[in-house]
Amino acid sequence: MIEVEKVTKYYGSFLAVDELSFSIRKGEIVGLLGPNGAGKTTTMRMVTGFLCPTAGSIRIDGTEIEVDPKSVKHKIGYLPESAPLYGDMITEDYLRYVAGIQGVSADRVAPTARTCGLVEVMHKNVNELSRGYRQRVGLAHALLHDPQILILDEPTSGLDPNQIIEVRSLIKEIGRTKTVVISTHILSEVEMLCDRVIIVSKGKIVADSPTAELRGRFGHKAQLKVQVGGCSYEEFASAVVALGGIAGCVRETGEEGLAAATISVETASDVRPKVFKLVKDSGWTLYELSLHQNSLEDVFRSLTIGGNDA
Amino acid sequence: MSTKTSAKPAWAVIMWRELSAHVSSPVAYIVTGLFLIFSGFLFFSTFFLINRAELRSFFSLLPILFAFFIPALTMRLFAEERRSGTIETLFTMPVSPFDATLGKFLAAFGFSVLLLVPTLCYAITAAFLGDLDPGPVIGGYLGELLLAAGYSAVGIYASAVTKNQIVAFFIAFSLCALLTLVDKFLIILPAPVVGLLQFFSAGYHFDSIARGIVDSRDILYFISLTMLFLWMTVNATDERRAA
Repeated sequence: MIEVEKVTKYYGSFLAVDELSFSIRKGEIVGLLGPNGAGKTTTMRMVTGFLCPTAGSIRIDGTEIEVDPKSVKHKIGYLPESAPLYGDMITEDYLRYVAGIQGVSADRVAPTARTCGLVEVMHKNVNELSRGYRQRVGLAHALLHDPQILILDEPTSGLDPNQIIEVRSLIKEIGRTKTVVISTHILSEVEMLCDRVIIVSKGKIVADSPTAELRGRFGHKAQLKVQVGGCSYEEFASAVVALGGIAGCVRETGEEGLAAATISVETASDVRPKVFKLVKDSGWTLYELSLHQNSLEDVFRSLTIGGNDA
Repeated sequence: MSTKTSAKPAWAVIMWRELSAHVSSPVAYIVTGLFLIFSGFLFFSTFFLINRAELRSFFSLLPILFAFFIPALTMRLFAEERRSGTIETLFTMPVSPFDATLGKFLAAFGFSVLLLVPTLCYAITAAFLGDLDPGPVIGGYLGELLLAAGYSAVGIYASAVTKNQIVAFFIAFSLCALLTLVDKFLIILPAPVVGLLQFFSAGYHFDSIARGIVDSRDILYFISLTMLFLWMTVNATDERRAA
């Protein structure tokens, strides 16, 4: 559906996107993930035909954008970051205007507004709408002509938690029938919505795999946080390492009078019972014993560290 | 996948949006009001002194008034889209730079026609008070429309090269003022240069039409001026995409 091949974009001498290649199949929901300034927005702007790549080619449904820009753009529904809309129009007029440009019947306006929960603001000025409603008008703008491909640039940024949940469930609903690309830096969103994640950093792809697999690949390690009373850190550490199956033990600053440590372990072997037994048998007191699975967050950090604002 | 019912071309949809945004914005009424105050004052302050039923003094002022007022009406058209980012929603819909330019140009031309309609009162007043020769009046209004088209195109071009409306206004005002006045500073120059510069002067061609003599060269001049700046606007919009 979307094929991006060795696409490069320079802004003057600044390299924003560096030989990016990926292809997205029909019906996939793909998350484009990366720190700010990684090139997510630039990539989306090129895929939607707003910017021309400096080099490389982009095909939508088998057609290069430059060959037939109008029909390609008609296949895409795009919500730019922060949903720029004509503030001087009322919502209904705005959606009718979009229907006019897309060449679809104005009858589509009412059902689309219902889907996006806009019925009560149809006669309000777009400028007077709250952030959440504006975002939904933007979503309605993208959905109005029933495109096959939906491209959403940070669809939930700036929304309050309730609005985020609403917009996410809307996207999930839409994603059943369409190809969707979402850019975000919220990782839980990707885990919740996307089948596949593409992580970009400094204009390059650093990971591209199914969401579940990505976590599996990097998430086999886990951290154990332990706080123990009645012994020194050194005593505890040497006893723990003697247990076996421990990848490392690092001193932490814990509560006063307690020995605190972070123990790195392989998830496969759960050492929690062993640690508990050790503490009990030595006559110490256990204050904390908690397991932290490596989350997508850690994967993201380890892949993009050194990015502009990771 | 929806079926395209394509009722109206994209440029027509854009034109209607701009026109309705214009008539619902207070700026439009302020600018139109100021234009009428200025043109009315300048016209009537000499009309009774000269004591002749003609609009010559009005038409002679018009190019420089247009050079100021038309940029004020067009400065928003592309610059505001760039500033607010709506240009991204616009050009990711099936809209070509040509559609956007044509739609906005026709809207801007519409704004200037709205500016001119009330000035028909001057003609009516003059016709009541004396024996008005219709030739120069019809020529004058034809010239005004051509001038409005040319300056609207200049204004849109200026608006397309910046995201700052004020900058757009001053670029357009400078270009229009130059086109209006270039033939007025020619006394000191040798004759062949004068001829050449006159050819490029909107004021000169307008004066010639406003005398009631409709020459194809003058009409061609305004059509070329309009086309040239619209073409430059399309290119400016396209270049930003590649930048």
